[in-house]
Amino acid sequence: MKKALIAAAAGALVVAGCASMKEMDAKYDAEVVQWMKRDFHARGIATMDRLDQDEVQRVCTQYDNKPPEAMAKQIEAGEMKKIKLPSDGKYMGDWKAGQKIAQRGRGMTWRDKPGSTNGGSCYNCHQLSTAELSFGTIGPSLNQFGKKRGYTVANQKYVYEKIYDSKAFTACSNMPRLGLSGTLTEQQIKDVTAYLMDPNSPVNK
Amino acid sequence: MGDPMKIRARMQGDVAEVRVLMGHPMETGQRKGSDGKIIPAHFIKQIRAELNGKVVFEAAISQAISRNPLFAFKVKGAKAGDKLSITWEDNKGDKRTDTVTISG
Amino acid sequence: MRKSLTTLAVACAAFLATSAFGQTPEEVKKGVEQYREMLELGNPAELYALKGEALFKKKRGPKNASLEQCDFGKGPGVLKGVYAEMPRYFADTGKVQDLESRLVTCMVQLQGISEKDATKRPFGNADKPSENEQLVAYIVSQSYGDPINIKLDNPKMKEAYEIGKRLFFYRAGPWDFSCATCHAEENTRIRLQDLPVLSSPAGAKAAMTTWPAYRVSNSQLKTMEWRINDCYRQMRFPEPNFISDSVIALTTYLAYTANGGVYKGPGIKR
Repeated sequence: MKKALIAAAAGALVVAGCASMKEMDAKYDAEVVQWMKRDFHARGIATMDRLDQDEVQRVCTQYDNKPPEAMAKQIEAGEMKKIKLPSDGKYMGDWKAGQKIAQRGRGMTWRDKPGSTNGGSCYNCHQLSTAELSFGTIGPSLNQFGKKRGYTVANQKYVYEKIYDSKAFTACSNMPRLGLSGTLTEQQIKDVTAYLMDPNSPVNK
Repeated sequence: MGDPMKIRARMQGDVAEVRVLMGHPMETGQRKGSDGKIIPAHFIKQIRAELNGKVVFEAAISQAISRNPLFAFKVKGAKAGDKLSITWEDNKGDKRTDTVTISG
Repeated sequence: MRKSLTTLAVACAAFLATSAFGQTPEEVKKGVEQYREMLELGNPAELYALKGEALFKKKRGPKNASLEQCDFGKGPGVLKGVYAEMPRYFADTGKVQDLESRLVTCMVQLQGISEKDATKRPFGNADKPSENEQLVAYIVSQSYGDPINIKLDNPKMKEAYEIGKRLFFYRAGPWDFSCATCHAEENTRIRLQDLPVLSSPAGAKAAMTTWPAYRVSNSQLKTMEWRINDCYRQMRFPEPNFISDSVIALTTYLAYTANGGVYKGPGIKR
């Protein structure tokens, strides 16, 4: 009887401890943004509003990039609506220009001038043409992409959309939303699409 | 004047192993600065090692050597406690000498 | 008697350029590693440390004092092993401080230099290194061989760790990046650069035992404050303030995760 009481008391203590830990966690969660707003400053084009999370960023941070499936689906559907398809209905540009964009890693940092031409930084994370040995591995290899998937218009559209807003397909993808963020222009996305989907592109050789 | 060198000299058997790190821009005279102008050549052209005042190693070098160069060489006939001096001279007439005692 | 023996000259650009073509990625990587090993024999970071030592001992500022009585956590004048236990909580300032923040405190307190002047130029360039970088190189080299030992034995340290961890995973900016985007998955790299998993002890140790480091590609010694600053630049964030609580919190998270790793800095990087 006495033992049970002690055990119950200990249990209550543990519960109390957990509650306060949870409170602390919530406090730290709330404070992170305040710390950043106090400790960061705008520089060049990198303005302070970049610290504010949009819904996608907030959910992905909160769920450690693994949101519940229903929530993920909701994000993906919402992002799909944000994609602006090319006005002329054509997804393919010039693969040679696309190669340059894929190679180029500049753009959007506090050192980049407003209005300067941005790159897509594709090679930072993906293998594309086998001729380029310096490629990253954060994303999957896209070598032979068009050849393997098929040179269809549906696939061209998919590539265009994926580059424009990767989160329309994977809610918490590591890949930037290169169209939505204004990093790449419509023409640039077409060029990169061609780099992946043109049969003559070195990606498909 | 120049910046101090980092010299390591220690006996390995009957040979002193020496490593010298020199702080120098080693400008080739072909590089452009942020203002678009050529940065004038500025490089070490002569290095010399003296063991107790006697020259044991001398070399003429040029712009082909990198910034902050490292030289490693061995000296026969040295012993622990000997004084080893390293001197460099660059194309602008700047000079620097640093001396260490060889450790056992 | 003149004896010309072997000379080993370190040339970097040519080496890296020639290794790019006609080799497999493994060969390229091996070449880069070999090159790095070769450089460890004569890390130019030592030149920074030499200058830093002279600066540390020089009487300067309105109070005409040196930094020799600076307390980095183990008492005034003690340098041995201090970096391996930083960031740490300092009762006199009531703050968690990293090495670079503590150096500023000492410049202000001991030398009478204004905080504005002490933080004017934290990061230099190859032609003109900053004094901060030189002082850092000197002090960290006094912790070579010491195990990283960060204690969360104070509410402020606990807070710094917890906030730092959250900063690490905070996704924002036009590219939706967090530190974890590049540093939370095993065996990944950006271009040819391997990325340590900084949220794991092994990865954090690999990084925290070798920074600050001399970077061969731009002939400069880079500090931990710089490393974090430049990561945020690449993440497309606004710029973190030098020695701000946020940068120190992130460093505290990384250093604590690296506890037990034997410090081998200043290191040398590509």
